[in-house]
Amino acid sequence: MKIEVNGEEREITATDLAGVLAELGWGEARVATALNGTFVPAAARSGKQLSSHDRLEVLTAMQGG
Amino acid sequence: MRDFYGVTLETPMMLGTARYPSPAVMEAAFTSSGASVATVSLRRERGAGQAFWDLVRSLGVHLLPNTAGCHSAREAITTAQMAREYFQTDWIKLEVIGNADTLQPDPFGLVEAAEVLCADGFKVFPYTTEDQVLAERLVDAGCRVLMPWGAPIGSGMGLNNIHGLRTLRAAFPDVAMVIDAGLGLPSHAAEAMELGFDAIMLNTAVAEADDPAAMARAFSLATQAGGLAAAAGPMGQRDMAVPSTPLIGKAWL
Repeated sequence: MKIEVNGEEREITATDLAGVLAELGWGEARVATALNGTFVPAAARSGKQLSSHDRLEVLTAMQGG
Repeated sequence: MRDFYGVTLETPMMLGTARYPSPAVMEAAFTSSGASVATVSLRRERGAGQAFWDLVRSLGVHLLPNTAGCHSAREAITTAQMAREYFQTDWIKLEVIGNADTLQPDPFGLVEAAEVLCADGFKVFPYTTEDQVLAERLVDAGCRVLMPWGAPIGSGMGLNNIHGLRTLRAAFPDVAMVIDAGLGLPSHAAEAMELGFDAIMLNTAVAEADDPAAMARAFSLATQAGGLAAAAGPMGQRDMAVPSTPLIGKAWL
């Protein structure tokens, strides 16, 4: 199915958030996630089902003031 | 020094991690400033996150994640929740921006987000103005630290409203306050500390200096000087001159 990942459309086969992150190469990465604008804790990624056209944000540490 | 949610800072200086020419220059600025807090943010993963996380952890300072760029309470709340998990801290520098040109806070969104986050156990450091009523609402929401601006972010103008800042300081004697944003010169930092503020937060003035490490050191010294002056009890101002040398005993020539 097609979802939006960090603002870009991606075709994925996994159906839960943990699977999607692994498929996108972030399986082991230190990231924070939000689905459709709502925070999803790392512990809740397994079993968190995604639907077509969902918006996934995968964030990491960045410089800030 | 007043405490920051139970933490006594080693030095009254918070330094941002953005806009430096290189990670090495940033590291040197932290070393020479002796800053005790580093502000950080969360952005979309593009491959550099892990290296930056390793770098900021190696600085050995408290990390204060921000919600920079958020224009609504909802956006800021979600960002704060993500930051708490990522940076493993319940400290959050809460920014809810109300105007894209001045980057001034949206007071309504700020209070709304502060209420939700304080109730959820966050230790909120709200980026606010010198508005006393807004400060009262933030304290009512559970904020024990306030971060009033000196001037718009990145402007380098210093303290735009000294009267308002002095009034704010006097109104909340038990609340830790950090002058956040707008400082351009070490003299601005000294002035903020002389007014009785507990710390300063800056970024651009150091990161965009020709020699960031030297400027960081200059800010550090100015901050110390201002803090010492505040503790020493500054004299009152007068409109007219008062001779410092005694007139008694002056010769009649």
